[in-house]
Amino acid sequence: MSNKLIELKDLTKNFDDQQVLRGINLDIYENEFLTLLGPSGCGKTTTLRIIAGFEEPSSGEVLFNGIEISKLPPYKREINTVFQKYALFPHLNVADNIAFGLNLKKVDKSVIAQKVERMLKMVGLEGFEKRDVTLLSGGQQQRVAIARALVNEPKVLLLDEPLGALDAKIRKQMQFELKKIQQEVGITFIYVTHDQEEALTMSDTVVVMNNGEIQQIGSPIDIYNEPENRFVANFIGESNIIEGVMVKDFLVEFDGFRFECVDKGFEEMEEIEVVLRPEDLDIVAPEDAKLTGVVQNTTFKGVHYEILVKTDLRIYKVQTTDYAEPGRKVGLSFEPEDVHVMYKMGAY
Amino acid sequence: MKHYKKMIQPYVVWAALLIVIPLILIALYAFTEEGNEVLTLSFTWKNFAKFLESTYVNVVVKSFWLGIITTFLCLLLGYPLAFIISRFPEKTQATLILLVTIPEWINMLLRTYAWMNILADNGIINQLLDLLGMRPVNMMYTDFSVILGLVCNFMPFMIIPIHTSLSKMDKSLIEAAYDLGATPFQTFRKVIWKLSIPGVLNGIMMVFLLSVSTFVIPKLLGGGQYMLIGNLIESQFISVGDWNFGSAISLILAVIILIFMSLMKRMDKQEE
Ligand SMILES: Nc1ncnc2c1ncn2[C@@H]1O[C@H](COP(=O)(O)OP(=O)(O)O)[C@@H](O)[C@H]1O
Ligand SMILES: [Mg+2]
Repeated sequence: MSNKLIELKDLTKNFDDQQVLRGINLDIYENEFLTLLGPSGCGKTTTLRIIAGFEEPSSGEVLFNGIEISKLPPYKREINTVFQKYALFPHLNVADNIAFGLNLKKVDKSVIAQKVERMLKMVGLEGFEKRDVTLLSGGQQQRVAIARALVNEPKVLLLDEPLGALDAKIRKQMQFELKKIQQEVGITFIYVTHDQEEALTMSDTVVVMNNGEIQQIGSPIDIYNEPENRFVANFIGESNIIEGVMVKDFLVEFDGFRFECVDKGFEEMEEIEVVLRPEDLDIVAPEDAKLTGVVQNTTFKGVHYEILVKTDLRIYKVQTTDYAEPGRKVGLSFEPEDVHVMYKMGAY
Repeated sequence: MKHYKKMIQPYVVWAALLIVIPLILIALYAFTEEGNEVLTLSFTWKNFAKFLESTYVNVVVKSFWLGIITTFLCLLLGYPLAFIISRFPEKTQATLILLVTIPEWINMLLRTYAWMNILADNGIINQLLDLLGMRPVNMMYTDFSVILGLVCNFMPFMIIPIHTSLSKMDKSLIEAAYDLGATPFQTFRKVIWKLSIPGVLNGIMMVFLLSVSTFVIPKLLGGGQYMLIGNLIESQFISVGDWNFGSAISLILAVIILIFMSLMKRMDKQEE
């Protein structure tokens, strides 16, 4: 990717006695769609507010184009925010809301009118200039908030769960539009969400956070296919997580059997955890598989069946289009590349 | 809904007895001659014509002038206080607002007597000045003492509505303004002030009405010669005994206040 735009170095933040951020290190690049993903309360908003300038970090640095800015007030940063509840000014109409930043910079009136019009077009609200913002729908307010931020041509746009208040259908559409807008204006988006699906569909880079710490940074595919630990595997999609040992490169042992895999670089006989995604497991005849069990429960889920298979040691969740009736003895099979080996939580 | 509508009936009766009927009586007095019996009513404009005499017009001008100054001072001092209070955590705010209202718990008469003790020629301030070797200052029975009394008495009526509008303001609007490049001062001017205008108008209305129609404070702190509309009305009823003229003045004051309030309402609408 291109140049580094923002660097977070060893950021910590305490509120009273509570440590909310415990050493965040993150590089954010120009033109990147980066998502902070994690459960509620893990420190995503706090990280975003430090970047915006609403909070000062307790320790650590925020570099913007290589310059330390953690003490710079928000109005001096080339960063704009789309707030969770939009925070549109109720006393101004749509056009005046969007023009707020430009008016402060004393930009020429005719230039402002042009830019506002162009922004409204981009967010699909042509002709809404004189509307009362308090009478707009949630989705429309959202678009005004995006236009109001982008019209200032910031280097970075921060979005804190911007789709959280919208209903499912508009959400999907806005996800698509936001991604399109980001590619159109070609600036960095830092996006906060607790919705893994949203993060995976929109982002170039996903940063998984938990409890004030970064768990993994990577592309959506990396995060999904190669979760680094149990937390990430659990948080992203559904998983069967099994403790085991790495016998040697490309050979892993769990549930009493040895299996081929594609992972390497662990120590010999290192204790690890293995992720098997339910959709990677197949139901086969018992004699064709090492792992065997009894179908405990089968649920129809639309596209696939979700089948719980009870082995001697645990219950595996399988998602497959094949039906298997409860009580049947079956085997479980998977390919070497479906075995994702992770460091054991707390081991590093 | 229908169910609840019935419950309002006692209040309608109550309002009719205590507000509407006295108003009708006042109007009746205002438009009739002195010494009338109920049966021999003779209507007249005389009481209103009398009001146009320069002494009385001057009283009105002075009342409004004092009302305007008092309102302005209350706004000037009350807004910053309301603003500061609204910056505190919610619990502290409740306590601070309570503190603001504490003086109102004590009878206005007592409070005003207290001011007399402080401001009198041999009062606390002058005794202090004397201790410091300075010449005494005459403060009682001046515009200064009256305005001071009015401002101190009516300040809470300015602070509370402004504080209400400030504290219910969404704090993220302030952050949004900073975010879009507004300095703290610009944020105040373009967002905070604008959004608090309904509270400001309410406060202005309350303080102005109270200070235009008051009579206790100017009487005690301004002395017997100090005439405001309120005192004029009071004296017509109590000492002069011209109820007809007193009623006419009351009516005029009520009309002026109504006009004033509708003007404020209109400003409020425009702001929205
Ligand atoms: N201003 C604040 N004062 C005290 N605690 C706070 C404040 N802001 C956030 N917190 C706490 O910090 C933690 C992380 O909050 P936040 O960054 O908002 O999480 P997220 O956005 O991931 O849900 C939470 O436990 C929250 O209660
Ligand atoms: Mg949050």
